[in-house]
Amino acid sequence: MSFFDYFKSRKKNTSASVAKERLQIIVAHERGQREQPDYLPKLQQELVAVIRKYVEIEDDQVQVELDRNDECSVLELNVTLPEH
Amino acid sequence: MAKIITVTSGKGGVGKTTTSASISTGLARRGHKTVVIDFDVGLRNLDLIMNCERRVVYDFVNVIQGEATLNQALIRDKRVNSLYILPASQTREKEALTFEGVEKVLNELSETFDYIVCDSPAGIEHGALMALYFADAAVVTTNPEVSSVRDSDRILGILQSKSRRAEKGLDPVEEYLLLTRYNPDRVERGEMLSVEDVSDILAIPLLGVIPESQIVLNASNQGLPVILEDESDAGQAYDDAVARLEGEEREFRFLKADKKGFLARVFGG
Ligand SMILES: Nc1ncnc2c1ncn2[C@@H]1O[C@H](COP(=O)(O)OP(=O)(O)OP(=O)(O)O)[C@@H](O)[C@H]1O
Ligand SMILES: [Mg+2]
Repeated sequence: MSFFDYFKSRKKNTSASVAKERLQIIVAHERGQREQPDYLPKLQQELVAVIRKYVEIEDDQVQVELDRNDECSVLELNVTLPEH
Repeated sequence: MAKIITVTSGKGGVGKTTTSASISTGLARRGHKTVVIDFDVGLRNLDLIMNCERRVVYDFVNVIQGEATLNQALIRDKRVNSLYILPASQTREKEALTFEGVEKVLNELSETFDYIVCDSPAGIEHGALMALYFADAAVVTTNPEVSSVRDSDRILGILQSKSRRAEKGLDPVEEYLLLTRYNPDRVERGEMLSVEDVSDILAIPLLGVIPESQIVLNASNQGLPVILEDESDAGQAYDDAVARLEGEEREFRFLKADKKGFLARVFGG
């Protein structure tokens, strides 16, 4: 390894910079999950049960998330229906 | 009133017991009456690191279950004045650490000690939760490696929601990052997360950076908390961390690859 390669290798695309990027993404995601209210899993289950009365869906086809802003919160509901 | 400091991590094998031994020894050496408690029921190890394994008669669970008094179970350190060890039980179930039992023991210790250091077991199960529940401060022991950093972040979430301070709406648990097994050489080569990287992600104050060092294993072989190896880099780094825990400002050391190694690598390789 030459003198200049040594310094270049410290910049981008090192395995450490990949590690940092992956960590930033997963940690941000997990922190978001943590702040979700306790009732969300139950709400999701009940929504699945209701929708199942009409359409056949899997548990993971209903996604519920709460987005908290300063003035109001938005309950985001995503239902993926099977193709016909 | 003692200050309760929990050494925790989520991930196993990152250096919690090594750190508990050195921090408690360091605090006692600075003149504070200190007790270090092994919460790793079933996998007792602190006694070996503190070189008192043959002096264990009663343990933490014996005290909780009323089979021994605290005075019977506490082991006085032979090297450092005002340092005591409360060993974990080797044989019982983790559930033997009941909430009320742990609280009672901590309250009793709190009357006479300045610091109570809790060595948490790995994981986020009962034993780890008991070790962090009563904490006033947490030393989040982390290795510069993806799974350790992620687990540390989970532990921070638990400290912020499930600790006594969180549940009772008191001032939050003080959180400190202790980065251990740090290898500046590998960081400079881009193979290891740097102290800045980990600090950026976890976003809590940095208490110390302990270099990866052969001395740590040597010290544990002999039952010597590595902070007592005054000449070693790891020992000095732990001493700095203890001083910072008490609010002293110390410059960070051992963050750069040593010059000789650096030049040898560039021109020799
Ligand atoms: N700075 C260091 N340099 C080199 N080796 C280290 C360092 N810190 C800890 N170790 C080694 O790592 C191993 C695990 O350390 P330790 O037992 O303190 O971890 P732990 O987090 O308590 O583990 P567990 O989760 O099983 O309780 C030991 O062999 C120890 O000697
Ligand atoms: Mg341990």
